[in-house]
Amino acid sequence: MLNDLTIRAATVNGSGSQSSNLVLTHALVRLGIPVAPKNIFPSNIEGLPTWFDVRLSPRGYQCRSRDVDVLVALNLVTWESDIASVKPGGVIVHDASYTVHGATARDDVTYYPVPFTELSKEHFPQGSPRKYLINMIYVGVLAQILAIDLAAVEGALRDQFKRKPAAVELNLSAVHLGYEYARDHLPKVDSYRVEPMPGGTDGLMLMDGNRGAALGCVMGGCTVAAWYPITPSTSLCETFIEYCDRFRVDPATKERRAAIIQAEDELAAIGMVIGAGWAGARAMTSTSGPGISLMAETAGFAYYAEIPGVVFDVQRAGPSTGLPTRTMQGDVSFAAQLSHGDTKHIVLLPATVEESYEFAMSAFDLADRFQTPVFVLSDLDLGMNLWLTTPLAYPEHPFDRGKVLSAEDLGRLSTWGRYRDVDGDGIPYRTIPGTPHPNAGYFTRGSGHDEESRYSESPEVYQRNLDRLLRKYETARGAVPQPLVEETGPDVAILAYGTTHHAVVEARDILRQDGLAVDYLRVRALPFTPEIAAFIARHQRVYVVEQNRDGQLFGLLRAELPANLVERLHSIRHYTGEPIDASAVTVPLLHAERTADQAVAAAVS
Amino acid sequence: MDTIPKSSVNVNASGLTRDVYKGSPSTLCAGCGHNSITNHLIKALYEYGIEPHLLAKMSGIGCSSKTPAYFVERAHGYNGLHGRMPSAATGAKLANRELFLLGISGDGDTASIGLGQYCHLIRRNLDCTYIVEDNGCYGLTKGQFSATADLGSVLKRGQVNEFEMIDLCGLAIELGATFVARSFSGDGKQLVPLLQAAFSHRGAAILDVISPCVTFNDHEGSTKSYAYVKDHEVPLHGTDYFAPRAEIVVDYEPGTVREITLEDGAHIMLRKLHDDYDPTDRIQALRTLHDARTQGELVTGLLYVDTGASDLCERERMPRAPLAAFGEDDLRISRDDWSTLMASFG
Ligand SMILES: Cc1ncc(C[n+]2csc(CCOP(=O)(O)OP(=O)(O)O)c2C)c(N)n1
Ligand code: SF4
Ligand SMILES: [Mg+2]
Repeated sequence: MLNDLTIRAATVNGSGSQSSNLVLTHALVRLGIPVAPKNIFPSNIEGLPTWFDVRLSPRGYQCRSRDVDVLVALNLVTWESDIASVKPGGVIVHDASYTVHGATARDDVTYYPVPFTELSKEHFPQGSPRKYLINMIYVGVLAQILAIDLAAVEGALRDQFKRKPAAVELNLSAVHLGYEYARDHLPKVDSYRVEPMPGGTDGLMLMDGNRGAALGCVMGGCTVAAWYPITPSTSLCETFIEYCDRFRVDPATKERRAAIIQAEDELAAIGMVIGAGWAGARAMTSTSGPGISLMAETAGFAYYAEIPGVVFDVQRAGPSTGLPTRTMQGDVSFAAQLSHGDTKHIVLLPATVEESYEFAMSAFDLADRFQTPVFVLSDLDLGMNLWLTTPLAYPEHPFDRGKVLSAEDLGRLSTWGRYRDVDGDGIPYRTIPGTPHPNAGYFTRGSGHDEESRYSESPEVYQRNLDRLLRKYETARGAVPQPLVEETGPDVAILAYGTTHHAVVEARDILRQDGLAVDYLRVRALPFTPEIAAFIARHQRVYVVEQNRDGQLFGLLRAELPANLVERLHSIRHYTGEPIDASAVTVPLLHAERTADQAVAAAVS
Repeated sequence: MDTIPKSSVNVNASGLTRDVYKGSPSTLCAGCGHNSITNHLIKALYEYGIEPHLLAKMSGIGCSSKTPAYFVERAHGYNGLHGRMPSAATGAKLANRELFLLGISGDGDTASIGLGQYCHLIRRNLDCTYIVEDNGCYGLTKGQFSATADLGSVLKRGQVNEFEMIDLCGLAIELGATFVARSFSGDGKQLVPLLQAAFSHRGAAILDVISPCVTFNDHEGSTKSYAYVKDHEVPLHGTDYFAPRAEIVVDYEPGTVREITLEDGAHIMLRKLHDDYDPTDRIQALRTLHDARTQGELVTGLLYVDTGASDLCERERMPRAPLAAFGEDDLRISRDDWSTLMASFG
């Protein structure tokens, strides 16, 4: 069990535990121990319960673990249920004032009571942030009990307070206070220990997906952003602002090579993005479910009028306001067809921070190349939690601006038509408003139009246009990120996408240990690429795992695949609002496999 | 630019003939006020000398919003969604500051479904000309009341409007608009100079132009009919426009005219008709609108102007060059800064 455990801090929202949790997380990374931190927080500014899990995983699993090994209990309200969440043999560090008897007295765990409030009062002068310092005290207590190297904690802490050097010594003394208290008063009874794993995290860093996406926007050449704040997407635009202020401002003129507008609502946010895309800028908005509901009409307009734009949907648990601070892959089928009529979109499905960054850049290229809105669907887990990631690679390719006619091009052409399919790939040519040529102008409309962008209600013209849009969508199959396949040949496979990936990685290891090898395909975009059908055809049973109630991607696959492949698909769904863990894959999969085996046995006998 | 017809005789400052400013034939009802506005726009745009390739004609949905197809054929047009023209126009301007934005909307498009975006366009002082072709009804959906219909006004089928109207000019002034005018589709003498002044203004220029719907709202009992407007219109002043560097040829009697210099150096001369009206006085403007309403009058003219306020692009510290034109080298973080940045994550 060395270095394989989950530490959970149960605190009250607004009590300032975030810095302490980050110090702990970074200290572990400094020791070479792979971690997967998950912040489970309420939709509230202050007062409701919040949890922070740090999973330590020598194998580097990045998904949540259901088991809590070490609990820091600092919220009386959840004290009872928090105790119940600890696995047998676990450890509970708690405020000494909490009573341990009846339901809270378990005989299969170790209790370490610490008088946090008193310690803080005794050691820190009035006027100092005593309430917050309690959180640093628990970092010290954990360091002592689990043998986490204090130097690593100190290094992480100094880094954490880089911009507030005055706070370093005070916080450091709180760590020491907890450390010494535990050393002097809490004889070690449990068997958990953390040991350095030299090299275990070399070449890795911690970053959240929204930051990765924001950097992708900077490097992908986004110059116009319009947004309306909504958890869990807010930090994407805020981080984009941060980097634009840092890297896009001309030091001499103070001019900024980006325009970022906090719009009045998501209707306006997407309106500005599409207006900017029409006028030639790379533009994006970031939002979550309620926002894309509002954006639906403009999404269809942009699809039909063929205007680029990028929409980041950092998904949260719906329907409606749902659980605004919990995660879900709940917008996949909605985003894929967002708007009325026959609308179909390109949707990218990043699973990692690297992909959050890379897909953000590709989204701008794809939007320009296909002259259409592109949706990037991450989720709260990917967007807001920290993940161990390799440093993001500097882009080696120039922007792909797609088929744009310049004034010189127009000079060479005697005529052109905005919606003509010149190349047979369904993708027409466009001009950018402002192009200095008398033939550059054309009329963009969401109503029926012909190849020359003239108003038309002709049935033939209308159908021809819809067919061309479909041809364009077919072309996109070859251009979107292709699926990733791990295949060794068994009959059984898993198909997943987005953050579900991380649970699948661990689940496959567990299944392998149980003697069941399963192949794996990770879908990374819509439209589906031909490889997906081919992969399914090579397997008898394919489990489609996703984080929503209705099996949304499963549904999209069923709608597209031939019947003989559809019957091979089985759906596994996780929808609690918590990030999926490996057991949510293995348990239903093993159950289904047993049933399948029995059916085969029954058929043979 | 050699395929644009050029002539030494009848051309404007950009060397273009009036024909260049025409569009495809209108498909609106004969006699519709919107058609007259289109004609006044053709004249105003021609005389102003806008270069078609820089003109972005933006609109929403409605009979009014169809009209961008009927002028300056060669310009770029964006006939978007009902009530969402302001956001699209904002995005287009952010992408390319050099574009000359002309927004055309209706009273349904602006005062109902698009009221929020209208307010925020004004609040941001987006540099554009925003025309509401105001007929007090929804023409395209066959004549329902709009939110600019006056209380007590009667529909063709007899229904009486039970609700107070939204005064788009009063609202605009309240929101800090920097150019607000009201006019009438049948009054080209007033509308053309007001349009040109709006073009010359930097910031959001709002023009609420009463534009009768002959098919659904031109009967007795309507307060947006030709007859009603002719009977109740009270112009605040006579209006003359002089382009930048143009010589002011009219001899005005001292004390009879107010001269306003616009941001591009053009002048608008407001000839006193009865009471002295100062369009730089916001409170007077609001009082005038209020009084007119209680007296059942339709005041027209330049209601309010504030020259020199910074527009959205200036407030956003945007470069002069279009953001749309920047490439990788201008927009990406340098390799050195990138390495430093990545190293800072551990
Ligand atoms: C979202 C949406 N709802 C309803 C409509 C139907 N619709 C089309 S035009 C219109 C009203 C237009 O009124 P106005 O803006 O005053 O233009 P007018 O036709 O009077 O010039 C409506 C309700 C629509 N196109 N889109
Ligand atoms: S219905 Fe009314 S607004 Fe529409 S075109 Fe006819 S007259 Fe004009
Ligand atoms: Mg109307």
